Amino acid sequence: MSSDEPVRAISVTVNGTVHRREVAERKNLADFLRQDLQLTGTHVGCEHGVCGACTVLVDGVSARGCLMLAVQADGCSVETVESLAGDAPGPSGLGPLQQAFRDRHALQCGFCTPGILMSLTELLRDDPAPDEHAVRLVLSGHLCRCTGYQNIVAAALQAASKAGGGS
Amino acid sequence: MDTIVPAGQVVVPATAAPADGYTARRMFGTRAARIEDPALLRGEGRYLDDIRMPDPLHAAFLRSPHAHARVTRLDLSAARALPGVVAVFDADRIARELTGLRMPLGFPSATLQKDITPWVLSCTEVAFVGEAMVMVVAESRAIAEDALALIEVDFEPLPIVHDCHQALDAQAPVVRSDAVSNIAEQLQVGFGEVDPAFAAAPHVFTESLFVHRGAAHPMEGRGVLARYDPVEDAITVWTSTQMAHEVMHSIAAMLGMDQHNVRVVAPDVGGGFGCKYLTYPEEVAIPAAARCLGRPVKWVEDRAEHFVSAIHERDQYWDVDIAVDGQGRILGVRGRLLHDQGAYTPQGINLPYNAATSVTGPYRVPAYRMDVLICQTNKTPVIPVRGAGYPQAAFVMERLLDRVARELGIDRAEVRSRNLIPPEKMPYDKGLTNRAGVRSIVDSGDYPATQAEALARIDYVGFPARQREARARGRYLGLGIANAVKATSRGPFESAVIRVSPQGRIDLYTGALAMGQGLATALAQIAAEQLDVPLEAIHVTCGDTGRVSLGMGGFASRQTVMAGSSVHLAAVEVRDKALKVGEQLLGVPMAGLRLRDGRVEVIATPARFVTLSDIARKLKGAPGYSLPPGITPGLESTGLFQTNSQAHANACHACEVEVDPGTGAVRILRYVAVHDSGCLVNPTMAEGQIHGGVVHGIGNALFEKMGYDEEAQPVTGTFADYLLPTSTEIPQIEVVFLQTPSPTNPIGVKGIGEAGTIPVAPAIVSAIEDALAPWKVHLAEAPLSPVRLLELIDASAAA
Repeated sequence: MSSDEPVRAISVTVNGTVHRREVAERKNLADFLRQDLQLTGTHVGCEHGVCGACTVLVDGVSARGCLMLAVQADGCSVETVESLAGDAPGPSGLGPLQQAFRDRHALQCGFCTPGILMSLTELLRDDPAPDEHAVRLVLSGHLCRCTGYQNIVAAALQAASKAGGGS
Repeated sequence: MDTIVPAGQVVVPATAAPADGYTARRMFGTRAARIEDPALLRGEGRYLDDIRMPDPLHAAFLRSPHAHARVTRLDLSAARALPGVVAVFDADRIARELTGLRMPLGFPSATLQKDITPWVLSCTEVAFVGEAMVMVVAESRAIAEDALALIEVDFEPLPIVHDCHQALDAQAPVVRSDAVSNIAEQLQVGFGEVDPAFAAAPHVFTESLFVHRGAAHPMEGRGVLARYDPVEDAITVWTSTQMAHEVMHSIAAMLGMDQHNVRVVAPDVGGGFGCKYLTYPEEVAIPAAARCLGRPVKWVEDRAEHFVSAIHERDQYWDVDIAVDGQGRILGVRGRLLHDQGAYTPQGINLPYNAATSVTGPYRVPAYRMDVLICQTNKTPVIPVRGAGYPQAAFVMERLLDRVARELGIDRAEVRSRNLIPPEKMPYDKGLTNRAGVRSIVDSGDYPATQAEALARIDYVGFPARQREARARGRYLGLGIANAVKATSRGPFESAVIRVSPQGRIDLYTGALAMGQGLATALAQIAAEQLDVPLEAIHVTCGDTGRVSLGMGGFASRQTVMAGSSVHLAAVEVRDKALKVGEQLLGVPMAGLRLRDGRVEVIATPARFVTLSDIARKLKGAPGYSLPPGITPGLESTGLFQTNSQAHANACHACEVEVDPGTGAVRILRYVAVHDSGCLVNPTMAEGQIHGGVVHGIGNALFEKMGYDEEAQPVTGTFADYLLPTSTEIPQIEVVFLQTPSPTNPIGVKGIGEAGTIPVAPAIVSAIEDALAPWKVHLAEAPLSPVRLLELIDASAAA
């Protein structure tokens, strides 16, 4: 950044780790995660809040990483796609929702996938047994050019039923 | 003789039969989980903007805000003076780094207007909104964008060509001052005795159709990263492309470098859909800057740029006639196509050529003629998007057949049945040649069976009752059907190298390009079928010109066929070689050996074996020691499957919609897609291709419009204005596969990526027209927004 660019010190907890950084005031949260923390799993698809690829959870609530400034996340806890595998067992090392995506072929190019995973993570926490309509409503906040959404719906419902919610 | 295999079953090319009850691993045709997925799901994909590069510079482009203007003053001094700016390139400055300032034409053409390709940078005249004028390179993207705002430009607006029809007007301005005319090229395609057929025909019907397709809009835009090595005078360019090798050749030519010193690598690509099958000006400008400045330079397109500087498909106007007999049998089709090419021609005329030559599709048409006018307008350049002209052509043909059915009082499915190419006529000569001069021969398929399956799945015979009952309750249902055929697997070749290292690692390199379809998994399945190893044992690298010298890339639904066949040929050779060496090392005849889990073992005593690693070590050679007799060096093989034939995938789609005549809203209630793409390598991934293709088609039918005003200013520059389909508009898509093996290639496959898109718009528009039958609304365009439908309903009611 140039020397006269306004910066501010922030402290953000990302996937359980506290990060203290000086960050340009105009930098958005997605760029901060990607560039300053090297968490490149969060993708930027439109930078105007429609495509949903940059969706992360801020204090447990989904937010567009492109429409929120990094400085607004000061003091917040952010979850990104990199948190979802956790200490998942198995050779592929995937969490249950991720595994459902693989089982149901719910991704192709994978660019939109991290944001969708985060929105569905929020949905399944709020409603462990969503029906197809509820899943499609959440998904309507995301653009995917590859899958036609069908297998993403199937994966979300599979993850819900595996978690004991049923539907 | 072709065979139709019921859905769910899979044809697998023959491999050696097990002798002792051990069943060889079957990978071809299975629903294997994708090897790409774990990394992508963990957020560990490596797309262009994820590549970590020490000390990179960042580029941003000043783009024209005018559709057509002359630049009278360009002052870069304030931009250059901004702290953090490293360099500012205008056309003159970048020209010093290049062998020329005009981009090379993608596909060679002897007939196209000369000097028609885009500029790397254009600083004297601009011809469309979004055209790159100046490149700023700075320490950060933010500073580069700040500098753009400091560039002072004075424009003198020039007259604008905003539409194909206007382009043809004798008084129209010319699209660029270096263009001889607004017609880039004029051509005629066809066969048979067209005029006599029409003169003698009992019925002739005429339609004027407008077909618009928007842009490709992969969720990842374009992006380029280049690093120059002054010691080797070599450059590595990472770019989000569908054609690494062609980009490499373009960069080598434009930068005046030997091709061996230019390496182009496609990282994970976040979708292409056609728009990345091109060398763009930025893919030349960024490497030029990296070489000039001696530091890595990166440019990542933002969506606002993508809307105006990545290619579109846009507008086609078709004026067409169909001649039929009293039973609705086609006697001839003729007409004129006006195609909107945009301000430059970066690739060629393949999109309008494909459109004009694919109208007759799956039908028998005795006589055909299409006059094509390729019109230049002051808009973003045009090259093919998923479907590549076939969707427009299918729209034309299917609308004509619906018209015939209505006029003659024949059922829509019956009209189609009477005209479909029957299976006993396969292979069927279409009477046309492709643009390379090769005759179009439909290789295989059972089109009546495909349609019959679609009608059965949608309960076609039960629909009139459903429609009557709904109408009685004030609801308007409609059913539509459409057929399609896609010539896939365009040649001339694709490359595949399979190499077993002395450590036993199996690598597969191909010039084919993965842009999200699961290509690595499909190719690994084809290889694993022969080598009898788990998929994960095969390391697939696509689109890295440093790994394989030849390659064509991803277009025309070709890769599973072309690269898949090359992989098959290479894998068979590696397998045979391993067995031959095993025969000598183990002293057992080949018939007594088998390949299993990375080793050649004796069937009778499996404890006796040699590993592929042992064999590879033997074949890498040791000084002075001879190789086994009759065996060539290296446990590797290069497959270069080569063909001019095309495997023709076909489909029939049927859908049921409900239209609200009060709001113009269209809801798709059911969607059935019956496809024949030959043998399926992975049915799950094949279904995924159809899902995505159908939804792309739904966008083209109902939502996606790249709008411009009469000043050729784009009016849909965000995803809030340009509507992509979202999950709530999309029904469950019911996919059924027939599998007629293609005789054009050794694994019997046909392409699949585009086939799902082609029949969608005509099927949906037919269904909407059917639903609105009480208003006698005639639909002759796509996309159809609710507002437009209301206009048409009102106009029809007033008539």
